[in-house]
Amino acid sequence: MPSPCRASLLIVALLAGGCDQMRNDPRGHPLPETPPLVSTVLSPVRADPRAADYQNNAFQVSNGQLYYHWMNCTGCHSEGGGGIGPSLMDVNWRYGSTMEDVVQSISNGRPNGMPAFGGKMTAAQIWQTAAYVRSLSQHVPQSIRSGRSEGLSVGEPSTLRDPHPYRAVTPKQDEATVK
Amino acid sequence: MRRLAPLVALLALGGCHGQQAVLGGGGRDDALFGGLWQIFLIVTIVFYLVVLAGLTWAVLRRREGGEAVVRTTFYIWVGVVSLTLVGLSIASWLVDRTMNRAAHTGLTVEITAHQWWWDVRYISPGHPDQTLRTSNELHLPVGVPVQVILNSADVIHSFWIPNISGKQDLIPGRNNDIVITPTRVGIYRSQCAEYCGLQHAHMAFDVTIEPLATFQQWWGDGLLPARAPATPEQKAGYAYVTTRECATCHNISGTPATGKVAPDLTHFASRATIGAGTFPMNRGHLYAWLADPQRAKPGNKMPEIGLEPDQLHAVAAYLESLK
Amino acid sequence: MTDLDPDLARDGPELTGEELHRRLTLAWRRPAGLYGWLSSTDHKEIGKRYIVTAFGFFLVAGVLALVMRTQLARPESGLITADRYNQIFTMHGTTMMFLFAVPVMEAVAIYVIPLMLGTRNMAFARLNAFSFWMYLFGGIMLWVAFALNVGPDAGWFAYTPLSGPEFSPGKRVDIWAQMITFTEVAGLAAAVVMATTILKQRAPGMTLAKMPLFAWSMLVVALMIIFALPAVALDSGMLISDRLVGTHFFNPYERGDALLWQHLFWFFGHPEVYIIFLPATGFISEMTATFSRRPVFAYPAVVLSLIATGLLAFGLWVHHMFATGLPRMGYAFYTAASMTVAIPTGIQIFCWVATIWLGRPVYRVPMLWVIGFIVTFVIGGLTGVMLASVPLDLQLHDTYFVVAHFHYVLIGGAVFPLLGATTYWFPKFTGRLMSEAWGKVAFALVFCGFHLTFFPMHITGMMGMPRRVYTYPAGMGWDTLNLISSIGAFILAAGFATFIVNALVCLRKGRVAGPDPWDAAGLEWATSSPPPVFNFPHIPAVASRTPLWDEGEGLPVMTGLRVDEREHLTTTVIEAIPSVREPSPHPTIWPLLSAIAIGVTFVASIFTPWALVVGLVPSAIALAIWFWPKNPTVPPEPTIE
Repeated sequence: MPSPCRASLLIVALLAGGCDQMRNDPRGHPLPETPPLVSTVLSPVRADPRAADYQNNAFQVSNGQLYYHWMNCTGCHSEGGGGIGPSLMDVNWRYGSTMEDVVQSISNGRPNGMPAFGGKMTAAQIWQTAAYVRSLSQHVPQSIRSGRSEGLSVGEPSTLRDPHPYRAVTPKQDEATVK
Repeated sequence: MRRLAPLVALLALGGCHGQQAVLGGGGRDDALFGGLWQIFLIVTIVFYLVVLAGLTWAVLRRREGGEAVVRTTFYIWVGVVSLTLVGLSIASWLVDRTMNRAAHTGLTVEITAHQWWWDVRYISPGHPDQTLRTSNELHLPVGVPVQVILNSADVIHSFWIPNISGKQDLIPGRNNDIVITPTRVGIYRSQCAEYCGLQHAHMAFDVTIEPLATFQQWWGDGLLPARAPATPEQKAGYAYVTTRECATCHNISGTPATGKVAPDLTHFASRATIGAGTFPMNRGHLYAWLADPQRAKPGNKMPEIGLEPDQLHAVAAYLESLK
Repeated sequence: MTDLDPDLARDGPELTGEELHRRLTLAWRRPAGLYGWLSSTDHKEIGKRYIVTAFGFFLVAGVLALVMRTQLARPESGLITADRYNQIFTMHGTTMMFLFAVPVMEAVAIYVIPLMLGTRNMAFARLNAFSFWMYLFGGIMLWVAFALNVGPDAGWFAYTPLSGPEFSPGKRVDIWAQMITFTEVAGLAAAVVMATTILKQRAPGMTLAKMPLFAWSMLVVALMIIFALPAVALDSGMLISDRLVGTHFFNPYERGDALLWQHLFWFFGHPEVYIIFLPATGFISEMTATFSRRPVFAYPAVVLSLIATGLLAFGLWVHHMFATGLPRMGYAFYTAASMTVAIPTGIQIFCWVATIWLGRPVYRVPMLWVIGFIVTFVIGGLTGVMLASVPLDLQLHDTYFVVAHFHYVLIGGAVFPLLGATTYWFPKFTGRLMSEAWGKVAFALVFCGFHLTFFPMHITGMMGMPRRVYTYPAGMGWDTLNLISSIGAFILAAGFATFIVNALVCLRKGRVAGPDPWDAAGLEWATSSPPPVFNFPHIPAVASRTPLWDEGEGLPVMTGLRVDEREHLTTTVIEAIPSVREPSPHPTIWPLLSAIAIGVTFVASIFTPWALVVGLVPSAIALAIWFWPKNPTVPPEPTIE
């Protein structure tokens, strides 16, 4: 193909695709049938096609930030640094760090005090909150995260922090690290 | 240009009446506004006609010269324009001062604006247990100056009941308030008047101005807890609403639903609109809202719940009973 | 008396006519081809680029307006989603205000002012070129972002906290804020160039009191830009900092202030509209004088009005904030100031009408635009007087009444004069005249379409329709009025399209114009159409405000500038006594390369702070090469006596 044709095709493709990071489509697209998440701690969670939609979109993460505060996650996790509950900003993950793992944690709860929000929040709200939680440890692109919230200052802005590696720990190991 | 004449007549006659119109005449401030508006309108029309006349004469004139006449007219023009503007400034200032004369207010209402709904609390001084919380509607007694305290939970909004008074912004971190005195019984509409995001267009509420006795009756009724469900369908709806997603965000007094972040639903069915002025309150629209709030008001903070049909009927039946 | 070096060729009685033209062209022309085009420092080429680009942005922003009007033609129309509409109205406002209105005025001035002042090029010609590239890159960044669904959606004014990090997630507002940086750099550069040229490069004898009124208006505007633009640059810088670095300038919970944004923005924003309006008054003055066959009545009054407007404009900004709850007594001051600024404008209107009355007016197309301007702008000015009053503003603020007001003053007060000025100076730019007949058709369509679109908005606003809404409920009484506005918008668009087509067709097929097709008085008409690359073979000298009417064929000139090197004449500020001969820059690619380096740095910096560090290197290199002192091939000449 001659190069002007190729160049213009590329431009058209870009324009048609747009930037998914900023797509603000509140009703989402129709989801394929996915089996419900299994409710045991240690069984592996199947990959869910919704994960990419939620964690690569600025509006979804922003809604997640809203629900994080509305559902009083701050009561135990404060603004991500943890308190009664473990920190959500560090490298230690007790129950897995993928979107599906975090969604399962929120939906079904976890031992040691994490309540189950399954019937109290819609699926979309849980996915959005999970996306936000993952953004606290920089697992979503920097161009999506917001630097700070319009509220009291809670530490270093998210956009200036570097992505953290993932480390699987047991609850005891996690608490030992904190102490 | 010719089209101005009938429109001017229309405006001067106050032809801009309407539910949300500025010359509505429903408030003490509104009368002052109307008078000042007429002064400004007449003065500006006169000046415009003078300019047009001058221009027409200049265009049609066939002779040349006449510098002296023009020079004299120039000084007269500057003088007249300046004096008129001074006069208009003084008139404006006097009206503003009158509007803002401290009034002994008989009622305090505290409004907190959210993206994209209104949270209203009626405060009875000295009786904190009488504080009434409602959402997306305003009831006020006629003839009583009301202090409206204006807060914002997120971005800048603007409180504006065109029929009654001018607007005032609700700015996070600032303590704004406005004193309004409704003077005519009726139902008016108010709309947010500062761009506040995606659904700024659907952030409105109805304002009911009623006699003092009716208002006090309404307040008393509002303090009562929500009606208990009567029919089996309503009970099923009650069960869903108080144990599932609804209760996480919404409050219905006297039930386990004590969410604080969404509009109060205690006397939901008595309101005139759903979704802060998005839909009128009726069964069809209620079903539409519950089935898919994101279709009606895309991007608003109430998610699509995904109710099954029988759940939808139950919840709608229960909410309709909350008068 | 210093002797001039006799070996250097200069223009004068010995060297004139065709031979002079040939040698000056050799000295002043730029290399042919794309590289030469990109490295041009000729103000005429830069001016033409600016005008074409600005009109391009005008057209795309106008298409956005048509989309909005189509959506609003019916209540609860589902044509466009809320998100898209919010991006569209933001892009419409941002493009019109930052990428069209101010740049197009600067553009016409960049082309016309040196000709009007009788000089060969603008001061700081490379900075002039740089300014265009920065403007172009900022505009491209914004529109590419819009095409990729990352266009800003917080309004052209981007109030915090809505535009802050929590409520505008993602990169949209970052793009907007960085576009401000681009256009602010471009605007400041152009303003510096403009002010210096007007103050220091006028024809000998053109004292400040004899300077054309358009030059006066551009001088005032250039100074206004220098004082006003830094406010919005600071504002947008603080916003980017809040969003990306996590500062708290606008966060009330950490002792910032959401209103700080509004103060800084409107401190820029109000002078901005006068920055747009005053050049238009300059256009009107020039056209009125030419087509009334006499100079504008009361020149000193018009000059003082321009200066007064420029000064007063900085004291009005709080009238955009009457609803925010600031102290009432302070508001009274801004009401008074806002009313006061109507006085100089009223004086100018009187002077123009008086000029027509006293003269022998000829109604060619530019004069029609002048008449259209007076009829339309005065309505806008009067609704502005209404909005200056606090009680009236508290009802009408943020309604369609304000939309009507500012379109009356911006379209009536700036676009109408612009279209007239384009018609007026088109023969000078291109050597051909625009079609009179089609010009009249365009005027009629634009005039009628404009009033049909925007007059009903006064009423819609009074009926309570707020601004910036993507839809409205049925049954409010707004339906018919909105439909009328939408129909009018399409008629208006047809008028603009007619105008553009007329211009494009007449580029090739228009009637050939001589140097002075309108029989006008200014110096720009003393040279050929289009002017040669060196503007004037000999630098003209003037003794009156209307040189071509007073001197006729025998325009006196000053000779002695070198012909084999680029040179222009610098004169004193007030009396325009010749003082120094300045070398003028040769074509160079470094302004473009600097703009690319700096532009890429700016764009990348909203994605990562490292961009500022990394981008510093190529930017510094490009700028260093640009500024590196060039050895003049001949020793500099001493001052002429």
